[in-house]
Amino acid sequence: MIDSLRQTWQRLRAFFGKAPLDRDVDAEMASHLDFAIEENLQRGMTPEEARRQALIRFGGVMQAKEQHRETRGLPWVDVLMQDLRYSLRTLRKDRGFTLVAVLILALGIGANVAVFSVVNTILLRPLPFPQAQRLVWIAPPPQKCGLSCATYSADAYEEFKQQSHAYEDVTGYEAFTSPDNLRLTGHGEPQPVTGIEVIGNFFHVLGVEPERGRLFTMDESRGNARPVALLTYAYWKRQFAGDQTIVGESIDLNGKPVTVVGVLPESFDFGAVFSPGSKVDLFVPLNLDVERSWGNIVTMVGRMKPGVALGQAQAEANMVVPHLCWSVKYPQSCGSYAGRDGGMELRTLKDYVSGRLRRSLIVLWAAVGAILLIACVNLSNLLLARAASRSKEFAMRTALGATRGRIVRQLLIESLVLSTAGAVLGLGFAAAVVAWLAHQGSLALPLLSTLHVDGAAMGWTVLIAVTAAFLFGLMPGLRMASGQLQEALKDSGPGASSARRHERVRAVLVVSEVALACVLLVCAGLLMRSFLKVLDIDLGFQPDHAASIKVEYDDDAPTQEASALKRGAIFQQIISRVSALPGVEAAGFVDFLPLGRNRAWGTPVPKGKTFPEGALHGPLVYVVSPGYIRAMGMRLKGRDFAWSDGPKSERVVLINASAARVYWPGEDAVGRILVASGGDCRVVGVVDDIHADSVEGDPGWQIYYPITQQNPDDAQLVIRSSVAPASLAGSVLRTLRELNRNQPAAEFRPIGAIVQRANSPRQFFVLLVGCFAGLGLLLASLGIYGVISYSVTQQTKEIGIRMALGATAGRVQLGVIRRTLSLALIGIVAGGLVSLGLSRLIASLLFGTEPTDPTTFAAMTVLLALVAFVAGYLPARRASRIDPLVALRTN
Amino acid sequence: MGESKLDLLQGTLDLMVLQTLAAMGAQHGYGIARRIEQVSGDEVLLNQGTIYASLVRLQQRGWISAKWGTSENNRKAKFYEITRRGRKQLADDAAYWQRLAGVMGRVLAMDKQGGDR
Repeated sequence: MIDSLRQTWQRLRAFFGKAPLDRDVDAEMASHLDFAIEENLQRGMTPEEARRQALIRFGGVMQAKEQHRETRGLPWVDVLMQDLRYSLRTLRKDRGFTLVAVLILALGIGANVAVFSVVNTILLRPLPFPQAQRLVWIAPPPQKCGLSCATYSADAYEEFKQQSHAYEDVTGYEAFTSPDNLRLTGHGEPQPVTGIEVIGNFFHVLGVEPERGRLFTMDESRGNARPVALLTYAYWKRQFAGDQTIVGESIDLNGKPVTVVGVLPESFDFGAVFSPGSKVDLFVPLNLDVERSWGNIVTMVGRMKPGVALGQAQAEANMVVPHLCWSVKYPQSCGSYAGRDGGMELRTLKDYVSGRLRRSLIVLWAAVGAILLIACVNLSNLLLARAASRSKEFAMRTALGATRGRIVRQLLIESLVLSTAGAVLGLGFAAAVVAWLAHQGSLALPLLSTLHVDGAAMGWTVLIAVTAAFLFGLMPGLRMASGQLQEALKDSGPGASSARRHERVRAVLVVSEVALACVLLVCAGLLMRSFLKVLDIDLGFQPDHAASIKVEYDDDAPTQEASALKRGAIFQQIISRVSALPGVEAAGFVDFLPLGRNRAWGTPVPKGKTFPEGALHGPLVYVVSPGYIRAMGMRLKGRDFAWSDGPKSERVVLINASAARVYWPGEDAVGRILVASGGDCRVVGVVDDIHADSVEGDPGWQIYYPITQQNPDDAQLVIRSSVAPASLAGSVLRTLRELNRNQPAAEFRPIGAIVQRANSPRQFFVLLVGCFAGLGLLLASLGIYGVISYSVTQQTKEIGIRMALGATAGRVQLGVIRRTLSLALIGIVAGGLVSLGLSRLIASLLFGTEPTDPTTFAAMTVLLALVAFVAGYLPARRASRIDPLVALRTN
Repeated sequence: MGESKLDLLQGTLDLMVLQTLAAMGAQHGYGIARRIEQVSGDEVLLNQGTIYASLVRLQQRGWISAKWGTSENNRKAKFYEITRRGRKQLADDAAYWQRLAGVMGRVLAMDKQGGDR
């Protein structure tokens, strides 16, 4: 063992230090011969005879030296280096070919590495927490009443934590936080801040260590704890310029002093994991005692004990859930969670974060793999074209004694050199794409900010580069090495039969390329059509020409009623001032914007009617001001709220059409009484359904209360304008500041941007798959062009003869185009059939589009045929312009 | 050429070289080659040049050492000497060969009737 290690080391040394060893062995062999000659002379031979005999006994000096070298060094590396040098020389000679090949490979490999990085980040790699596989997302199964039915009360949280034994610890955060929910003062103008309330042990459970200072304690989640905050790294850098002394300092949040106890590490990104596409500035402890009366607010995350399986935890949860109380003060609320469709569904946090993207990502991965395959087929084709011109070179090498294996190896090394160059360029390309993607904050994909080209991506690059080299290099290599020696060596170049065989192989390659491109195009087409359908969805409101801004207000008053009156007056004043601005058509307040967070309050019932158990569920609740319905561009039957619907007048509500149809089937809901939120409410209007929770999902039920009768959580001022909303940002903010000095410089967000963010994952995938399909189309057309163009060149003489015999230019052209189209058609038919099978696999990603959508199939195949036609037309035109005289004279 | 000479089995040359060096002490390549020829009674087919591949292999494994010196007739030559590890290796290899030769001898000596012995 040691001896062979030692030998390997010596061989390596010998490999890198050839010259002195060669000199040494030369001297040694010379001295050997001298000894032999001397001995022969002593035996009485003549000097010539002595030398001759000595050389005979020695054997070949060159062979001995060669043997010596092979024994002491690394002969295969020597051969490899030789092949490598030769490859580089040939590729340098054929610059055009090398450039095209490397570019094609760079695109193929680059796209693959970029997509792999995304897949790896979102799907394959564990979440960026220690022992992340033990983290569990604890939530009820999906239901229709939005976030309120996806969360638990503070009491339920505490009981669950106490009664469960599967976890090291259970934590949670307040799920109803909207962006810019806090206001930072004392640093110039009031600044909007996004702060999330988390239970004291939140960071301990995730395993996040503070960059500076300390984390929260459990005591800070209870009673009258001193208000504290933890800053995210980015916010600390941005707002406080990385102030070293920030820990222990006090900052003013919503007018109250809060002590900064620490700064979180740069690697921790709450939004990336729990709320894709949003940023968080700081964290404050969620006060369980204060929130106890607020109902379902906590989203739970647990860390299982080592060795506990998800199934065990689920079994335990099924036992615990029936004992959970919504509020321990009301014994009748105990067990209410079990009624909600089985109560509790555990998933690993990883599955919660990225599970629903799995299929999209796999499709993306497959698409990009198809691109690489097309690129390889294209290169195979290019190499085969080159083979024709190099056949003489290889025939010569074979004649000089090169084995077939050696020639195949030589060609494979050329392929490897090409793919290595392509991989290096592609890696650069991928790194640029990945860096760009990582900074797309508005893209609602999880973990995107942690995206980077890592070791795994590098490994993947090497793997696909080598695989690609073998894919595109082996076949042309084998074909070239098997070329008929005699035929190739003959002066007239490759004979007709071998040329035709080459061409047949190339035709097969082109057909498969077209088929692959066809599959890609059809899939991209189906996704594109789905995306257009999604954009076409009637959301129930008009996102264009509308924008929203979060408004600060102070409705502190001794009684609920006084508070409502004060609030009404403030809102009415703001709306009248803002409506007076030029360009503003309508304005109104809402507490939760659609497609954002939402909540439900209990289950309203139409007065005097009974429904079977489970027929009704809680509609999503919105507290709005008069004017909001118009500002959002929603359609209303009946009347809007009025400022006169005050705290003392009759309680009124608006409901949406879906709810109305169930509450009063076949009747007009307007004017009826609904028992909601603890009292009789008159339905004054029915609003068309809006997509409140998701763009693509079922609109569900909604109920609207007036802000003068219910307490809103928040105030978003929505403005509809005749001009571009962005141009109003300045004047609206100025007006708000005039009315309230404390109004922070909150973001003026177009409603369209909210819709766009909701659609961004689909858009992202459509864009990428579309790009890949386009790339596939381009490569396939290049392939067609290459083959047809080459065959025209090969047949120049033949075409010349035919034209000399009277064939018209049009006829020649037609012949070439016919050949092109027949190749393309075979590919399209094959690709179409494969697509029919494969499109079923992406059915769940489609929206409003059948996987066999005839329009898409027709459009994509026609597109492909058209491109093929163009790719064939160029060489056809060249063929028709062949001058018979020139063609026949030159060989 | 008359009766053909014995082809050297893989690895046998290395053993011969080791044994020669063990028996003769420090020796140069030519000396080793001549000695092997003499001992074998010119029965092995040995191109003297091939001995150098064997020498470099043994040297790389650390079983022999080499240094340039001067021969008794005042000629510069590279002298090889067996190392301690080389001697141990030689003992192992020689034992192996003797066992193998013994077995081969017995196997080849058996006649038809004695086949089941």
